[in-house]
Amino acid sequence: MNFGDRIRDAAGPIGMALLFFVFWELVCRMFQIPNFILPPPSETILEIFKEWKVIWPNAQQTLFTTMVGFVTSVVFGLLLGALVGISPELYRCLSPLLIAFNSVPKVAVVPVLVLWYGIGTVPAVLTAFLISFFPIVVNVAAGIAMMEPELADVLRSLGASRLEILIKVGIPRSLPYFFASLKVAITLAFVGSVISETVAANDGIGYLMMAASSSFRIPLVFAALLVVAIMGVAMYAIAAWTEKWFTHWAVRDEGANATYATGG
Amino acid sequence: MLNVMQKQPAQVSAPGASGDKLETRERPFIVMDDVTMTYGGRSGVVALKHFTLRVGKGEFAAIVGPSGCGKSTFLKLASGLRPPTAGGVIVGEREVAGPLKFVGMAFQNPVLLPWRTCLQNVMLPFEIVEPFKSRRRADKEIHKERAYQLLKTVGLAEAANRYPWQLSGGMQQRAALCRAIVHDPELMLLDEPFSALDAFTREELWDVLQALWTERAFTAVLVTHDLTEAVYLADTVHVLSDRPGRIIHTQHVDFPRPRNIRSRFAPEFVETVFELREKIAEARTETKK
Repeated sequence: MNFGDRIRDAAGPIGMALLFFVFWELVCRMFQIPNFILPPPSETILEIFKEWKVIWPNAQQTLFTTMVGFVTSVVFGLLLGALVGISPELYRCLSPLLIAFNSVPKVAVVPVLVLWYGIGTVPAVLTAFLISFFPIVVNVAAGIAMMEPELADVLRSLGASRLEILIKVGIPRSLPYFFASLKVAITLAFVGSVISETVAANDGIGYLMMAASSSFRIPLVFAALLVVAIMGVAMYAIAAWTEKWFTHWAVRDEGANATYATGG
Repeated sequence: MLNVMQKQPAQVSAPGASGDKLETRERPFIVMDDVTMTYGGRSGVVALKHFTLRVGKGEFAAIVGPSGCGKSTFLKLASGLRPPTAGGVIVGEREVAGPLKFVGMAFQNPVLLPWRTCLQNVMLPFEIVEPFKSRRRADKEIHKERAYQLLKTVGLAEAANRYPWQLSGGMQQRAALCRAIVHDPELMLLDEPFSALDAFTREELWDVLQALWTERAFTAVLVTHDLTEAVYLADTVHVLSDRPGRIIHTQHVDFPRPRNIRSRFAPEFVETVFELREKIAEARTETKK
């Protein structure tokens, strides 16, 4: 893909984002919405620059907790997903438990985590982990379990062991699913750490938003929200790029788009 | 030229019949005696019943029959992927107990690995089958050359470094055939490998398969529902009944090889296919009674 194509590809998404901001700005001006209810984007972006010294350390903190939680869930998600994918029996036994854990609202877990680990970084990391863990497990398991029976027959008739079948076929086969789940998981991890910070923390974007809204500095709240959104998009882009890099062979595969998203 | 054998299945399976009467090339390579296969417990589906078959070493056998008659089940038994419910399966003078390691398989769906190039797909058996596996680092170039030469004989030299999704269905199936025989298996099991292809590609691949078989002299069993395909490729065509499947007719095909498009339209060829067709019709009405 050459440079011109790239620009043409990027024009649509960027244009749409700009359109959104213009719309937001227009609504604020036309209906003369006061700043303490909904600040226009111009005001919000200005606020980011004005309050950069406050926002940046908090953003760093959130980014840190999110990444630690996310990486942990990738490691454990891969392991558990592979185990569950190999053994349908284990999957059958484990799935109610997994679904139950996933159904618990993570907001409700944060006070418990605070009780155990105190206010601050650890609950935020754990919440990010808990919320992004499930989609990875489910996708990896599905990717491994969805092997064509003929392919398994081909390998078994060559005398391949179960481990060999897993390494040669199961794991590569599940990679598109795994990377697709990463895109979902990274954004969910942000949700998790911000939730935890709004409930109980002394720093982080979530904390900043709570503090700002309690002193009616609504433009700062929106500035913080915008920063979280930007970080989320950036991380998503990195995940998407990694996916493309590792699974270029699957670009035509419908499987690559199969994701299992959950909210929190 | 024709040698049409019209025997009852019981005679075909009779001990000692394999040598002189069946005219197999040498001693039988696959021996199945009164095999029964039931899926899903006692009340389950009976796929094969009183199934008896001999396939000689180096022979090209074809099994034809209506869909759902247990053709694929036969392949699962012959490859050792499934044990029979009753009766014995002997392949290469040994009772089959577990998946055999000298078998190559090809299916209707080529099932290539999409993250590997054509060449890497063909080299897959080298990574699994002994003695290639333990020598795969030292002999990597040799293996590569061997896989490449094979691809060349089936006309895929230029596609060697392309990914499966860049190949047409016929090319994918050629690659799948290569993967099935690259490690020189003694037995090749083919499960309707050409049924998803268009007529011209199919005829091309018949010749590809015939050439490979002539050159490498493996034992082959082709399962198909295409009678022309069966007569064109096989030395012996076995007709399977409706489920539960058993052999109801066995016919030798003695046309000289290599067979080509001309022999496929020769009167005696058409006649053979027609007779086979009649036999199946007869057998089916009999079973229905």
